[in-house]
Amino acid sequence: MRVRAIIFSAIAALASGTLACIAASALAAPDKIDPSADAKAFQKFFTDKFPKVKYEDFVNGPYSMNEDMRRQWEEKEQFPPYEFALEAGKEMFSTPFKNGKTYADCFANGGIGIRQNYPYFDEKEGKVVTLELALNRCREANGEAPYSYVKDEMASLTAYMAFTSRGKPMDIKIPNDPRALEAYENGKRYFYTRRGQLNFSCATCHVQSPGERIRAEVLAPALGIMNALPIYRSEWSGMGTTSRRFVTCNSQTRAVPLEPQSDEYRDLEYYLSYVSNGLPISGPGARP
Amino acid sequence: MRNMERNLVLAAVLLTISAMPALAASEDDYKTALAAAESAEKQADALRNKWTTTEAQLAAAKKAAAGGDFDAAIAAAKDAEALAKASVFQATSEQERWKDMEIR
Repeated sequence: MRVRAIIFSAIAALASGTLACIAASALAAPDKIDPSADAKAFQKFFTDKFPKVKYEDFVNGPYSMNEDMRRQWEEKEQFPPYEFALEAGKEMFSTPFKNGKTYADCFANGGIGIRQNYPYFDEKEGKVVTLELALNRCREANGEAPYSYVKDEMASLTAYMAFTSRGKPMDIKIPNDPRALEAYENGKRYFYTRRGQLNFSCATCHVQSPGERIRAEVLAPALGIMNALPIYRSEWSGMGTTSRRFVTCNSQTRAVPLEPQSDEYRDLEYYLSYVSNGLPISGPGARP
Repeated sequence: MRNMERNLVLAAVLLTISAMPALAASEDDYKTALAAAESAEKQADALRNKWTTTEAQLAAAKKAAAGGDFDAAIAAAKDAEALAKASVFQATSEQERWKDMEIR
């Protein structure tokens, strides 16, 4: 009888020890990085939240959420405010550098219809390369001074390149490289991390509150938000690049913005573009 | 009589002291407050999480000090220090908390 009790208590101790080990290892195990599952969950979140919005329409930001704004935008699109930038960008794109080469020499397919493949992960460099960064690298490789990442010239160039890709589905690849997964994960962390005195993350506005007003603006959903860039913003009375968009978002939360094309912003663009894979490029866009 | 004189002298001293303005803050006090604020902001910078409001208060402190108003300078530096410490707390706590908001 006594022996049996000892055996039972030994078995019980072993079982509880095993359970404790399993629980501890489950707690200690880091979250597996699974971009494909993330993208599915991300897209489902928005389609569930806005069942009446046509899937492709998410790229139109606030206009997919608000009928009045949509009507105004459709009228505006007959004489779109980004048209001047588009024409300037086309001319800049085809004008040779001092050495006789052009932007077309730096990009696949002569730079036409490739916007949907940016940003990409450069395995040689081990970092994310955005279209804005690639354009400035092209300039520097051909002996030209780089453009500001937040001003008109860069916006015009990317506007033209986006226009030649309109309708093509976003197609961001994450190679089987731990550094690429890390960049993706860093971008995701940046997106969800609260910052600034107002304690806002990107997700506070673009996941929790799309369709809601923040002062006079209607917030855009995060899904498809990169597809419309660059944009003409009436608030800015001009064009804005992706870099400009990130910098102003940070300032609005009272956070000191990072340097344009810092690793954090590049990774953020990588993450946001990847989770919008499959949605059509709609840039250049126009926003209030 | 002597006691009365003594009391009068004491009263005069007390009146003089109470009529004197409060002692103004010194430049050294300002430098101490600014160093504390800048040290906290340096930590926020290392975490890539500076706030615009901290920067504004640091600038205000320096401007007030340049104009010789050390009371205002110290007040602004202390505000800056509090803001910088809050931004450090935010960055530190968000290192794990961001996952609470993630779409899964």
